[in-house]
Amino acid sequence: MRSAVIVFPGSNCDRDALRTLAEVPGMEVEPLWHDDTTLPPETDLVVLPGGFSYGDYLRPGALAARAPIIAEVRRHADRGGLVLGICNGFQVLTESRLLPGALLPNRDTRFICRPCLLRVDRTDTPFTNAYQKGQVVQFPIAHADGRFYLPEEDLAQLEQRGQVVFRYCDVTGRVDPSVNPNGAAHHIAGIVNDRGNVLGLMPHPERASDPRIGGEDGKMIWDSIRAWCQNEGKRSGHGHGF
Amino acid sequence: MRFRAEIIVTLKSGVLDTQGKAVFSSLRRLGHPGIEDVRIGRVISVVVDAPDAAEARSEVETMCQNLLVNDLIEEARVDLEAL
Amino acid sequence: MVMDFKKAGLSAKEYEALVQELGREPNETELQLFGVMWSEHCSYKSTRPLLKLFPTEGPAVLQGPGENAGVVDLGQGIGLAFKVESHNHPSAVEPYQGAATGVGGIIRDILAMGARPVASMDGLFFGSPESSRVRRLRDGVVRGVGGYGNAVGVPTVGGKTVYDPSYAENPLVNAFCAGVVSLNKMVSSQTARPGQKVLLLGSRTGRDGIAGAAFASAELSEDAQSHRPQIQIGDPFAEKLLIECCLELLEEGLVAAMQDMGAAGVVSSSSEVAAKSGVGMVIDMDRIPLREAGMTPGEIALSESQERMLLVVDPDMVNEVERRARRWGLECAPIGVITEERRYIYTSQGSVVVDLPPELIGGNAPIIPWESRPPHDEEERKKIPPTVRPGPEGWNDELLALLQDPNLRCQETIFQQYDSMVQTNTLAGPGGDVSLIRVPQAKAQVAFSMEADPWKCFTDPFNGGAETVARSVRALSVCGATPLGLTNCLNFPSPEKPDQFWELQEVIRGMAEACQALACPVVSGNVSLYNESPAGRILPTPVVVAVGSLSDGDTPLLGGQGRAGDRVFLVGSPRASLGASRYLLRRGAPLRGTPPPFSGAWEADFSRRARAVARGRHARSGRIISGGGLAVALAKELLASGMGALISLPSDWKMDEEILFGEGGPRAIYAVASEGVAAFRQLWEGWPLDEIGVLGGSRLRVDNVLNLSCDDLAAAWKGEN
Repeated sequence: MRSAVIVFPGSNCDRDALRTLAEVPGMEVEPLWHDDTTLPPETDLVVLPGGFSYGDYLRPGALAARAPIIAEVRRHADRGGLVLGICNGFQVLTESRLLPGALLPNRDTRFICRPCLLRVDRTDTPFTNAYQKGQVVQFPIAHADGRFYLPEEDLAQLEQRGQVVFRYCDVTGRVDPSVNPNGAAHHIAGIVNDRGNVLGLMPHPERASDPRIGGEDGKMIWDSIRAWCQNEGKRSGHGHGF
Repeated sequence: MRFRAEIIVTLKSGVLDTQGKAVFSSLRRLGHPGIEDVRIGRVISVVVDAPDAAEARSEVETMCQNLLVNDLIEEARVDLEAL
Repeated sequence: MVMDFKKAGLSAKEYEALVQELGREPNETELQLFGVMWSEHCSYKSTRPLLKLFPTEGPAVLQGPGENAGVVDLGQGIGLAFKVESHNHPSAVEPYQGAATGVGGIIRDILAMGARPVASMDGLFFGSPESSRVRRLRDGVVRGVGGYGNAVGVPTVGGKTVYDPSYAENPLVNAFCAGVVSLNKMVSSQTARPGQKVLLLGSRTGRDGIAGAAFASAELSEDAQSHRPQIQIGDPFAEKLLIECCLELLEEGLVAAMQDMGAAGVVSSSSEVAAKSGVGMVIDMDRIPLREAGMTPGEIALSESQERMLLVVDPDMVNEVERRARRWGLECAPIGVITEERRYIYTSQGSVVVDLPPELIGGNAPIIPWESRPPHDEEERKKIPPTVRPGPEGWNDELLALLQDPNLRCQETIFQQYDSMVQTNTLAGPGGDVSLIRVPQAKAQVAFSMEADPWKCFTDPFNGGAETVARSVRALSVCGATPLGLTNCLNFPSPEKPDQFWELQEVIRGMAEACQALACPVVSGNVSLYNESPAGRILPTPVVVAVGSLSDGDTPLLGGQGRAGDRVFLVGSPRASLGASRYLLRRGAPLRGTPPPFSGAWEADFSRRARAVARGRHARSGRIISGGGLAVALAKELLASGMGALISLPSDWKMDEEILFGEGGPRAIYAVASEGVAAFRQLWEGWPLDEIGVLGGSRLRVDNVLNLSCDDLAAAWKGEN
């Protein structure tokens, strides 16, 4: 399996993503500079990491979404390849319209970094097949602009199509404004596109992939991806074909 | 000809402006009981070279569409002056 | 012709010394340079002899004071560079940018050693938070620390926030940073050679902070607002690019020497390289990329525009360096050359505008022998004020009030604004006595402990200084970390008043004694003087960050790890001191009273045994006793463990405030599993050791004196921030 982690000027969590992916058995991973125009051949997964690409200038993710590599990421997604956007990466995905919505300043207008409980609402995606539906997991958040927004009618459609994958919740899995750290609409922490091969989430799974650093709930995302790639590989002879 | 375009970008009215809310509270606390609403936007100032004002405006509007304004959540007004 | 040295910020004596050394009068530009380079902030002219008291050598020390940062050996060919620095005066005038550029500046100091910055901490000191002005200032500073640190990708793993009226007009912002460096790639300012080129990498130069270093050395006048133009503006995005680009250049061996441009920008960085390398330098001012038109050579030289590094590069590597810089979106301009002849020369418009001996600029500012005299109330300060014993319900109220004290309460509202987890190496983040990161390249874990106790430093500077150092080392030792070295920032008022200079001297003597006794040398540091205003002076405020290591196989001993049924032990003297204690100060008592007298032998013994307890895993949980004494330590341990305790103190102890709330000296509480008690007792053979209770339940009960539910403790501690 092959991953590429896109590095924009100002990306911070690229090295963390590279390190975490390198520990996934069978995974080859390399960084990819924002002004490259092609992905390495047979790339299964493209990761847009967290950080402050272009300093969050203009709007978080706005400038990165116009980088040369994004056209290639779009083509990869169109072919059914996997794309994972974490935190700033999620912001880049919404800015480039690979995912619907926008990430606005947090309700309390402050940056917030702390562990966070999430409910896994969809497990038939390449990213979450190793979880149980309704499972409560813990990943840390670290962001100032994580409030997911969509106009009401589009939100309804998003829900109806089952595109919401992760929601902020309490220890029993219940959603409530009091456990929503940033005011995100419908307590949405992460979504997939209609097709299900592009996932964006604000919390950081790469910060929850080691028992000593944030716990291991994030590991199941990599396990899911690995399982999906292996099954798909058997079915269609290479990593794609979603 | 040279023109300066001032692009005033604001959040669409349906979008909750948490920064505006925070500033509203601060202003109230600083002793301005009469204010009703605060919304926060940004001004982007661009100097362009174009044959005439219409072309300058058209180019600026393209910039807005391509980068400067996220039309899901923002709207903009363009003021143009010849330099 | 005698120049206007006063306008440049020099005294008549200094001007005389300058002319003598130079052998002539300086010209206007040269005078400006000396005005800044010989300011207190840059030259340490008031404190150099005192700083020599610090022990600076040790088996783990690879680089002591004198470079951009100190470096200690972590093993496996890996070093840890670290330093703490102040950015006080700018933060008083523009809190966000003052704090932000403080963080940026210390990060560049670490980068200048060739190290990747891996951890930050912030020491913040504010006036009373009842004042909305203080709260606004604090909020601005916190947003600045977070705004810069988060964007630049360095985790803020810990810190300290202190509130006292003396800081109302003179807030302090001390920024700490540590970085990891491969020893064979370490750079310094000492390795420049004739023929090499001097390059300026990073942002363009403007008028930011012009003469900021002199500003840092001046007391804040009534008119601090008018100082605004001197504030530097930080760009963490540019800094992130600078970090990645510089590390790449170092990795590829493309750079011979490196220096960051901090106070007094071009002149301090370049003259330092020349002086330390024993070479000369010629800089063409016209080649420095500018952001503003019409800057004079003096302005260009002294500008404190941020996010710039000075590089010294072999001529045949220059093209490659420029290519890499372009890839990172950074400007890189050749601005000069290293020469054999030891002259430091600026040219502009074809003529020489500055021609000075390199060592004279950065060094040799004449020491100012300020008078030192103890204050008239030296003995008064040491006397502990009388207290009125609380009534039966009073003890509970006292503990709850202490937990709500801004100096002791939960600081989550502040530290959750900082990304403490980026780089995925944080093992213990903000909120505990010790912060911990892993350094996989060195197969090590590194522990940091930041401490300050300005109150004890006021009432008894010698013992207060010693206690500050000792407390930070105790915290490392309880965790199981071997101290490697420490860095300190000395924040003091004006040295021109004899009693204040005496305080500075005594604090340093006390700190030095503790460093010596604990074998924890000073590897780097910073001094910030003149922290006073017409409204008053700050308390003497040394800030210490001690750094230690464990091997990656060791389990660190942290607080909050106890289990129901574990036995609670108090290690150390039951009687500490109410002198300058949180208990008394919260109750409005005058700032009086000495801490327990420092004993190097006791401290060293405590640290040895505490490390043995941790290494041998003879306790499940442990923490030092500090602000608020035993009662607060117990409360914090229970808050971290999520359970209560039944405590029964020895009947021959007279129950009073000193037992429950006294501070100072080597003391700790531990939670020990029953099966481990015998081994634990053996390790503390010969020490005051008392088994005082057992963990469990949901209340804190101490004899018939304290009885509070854990919920009540939590409500007080976490309350309204």
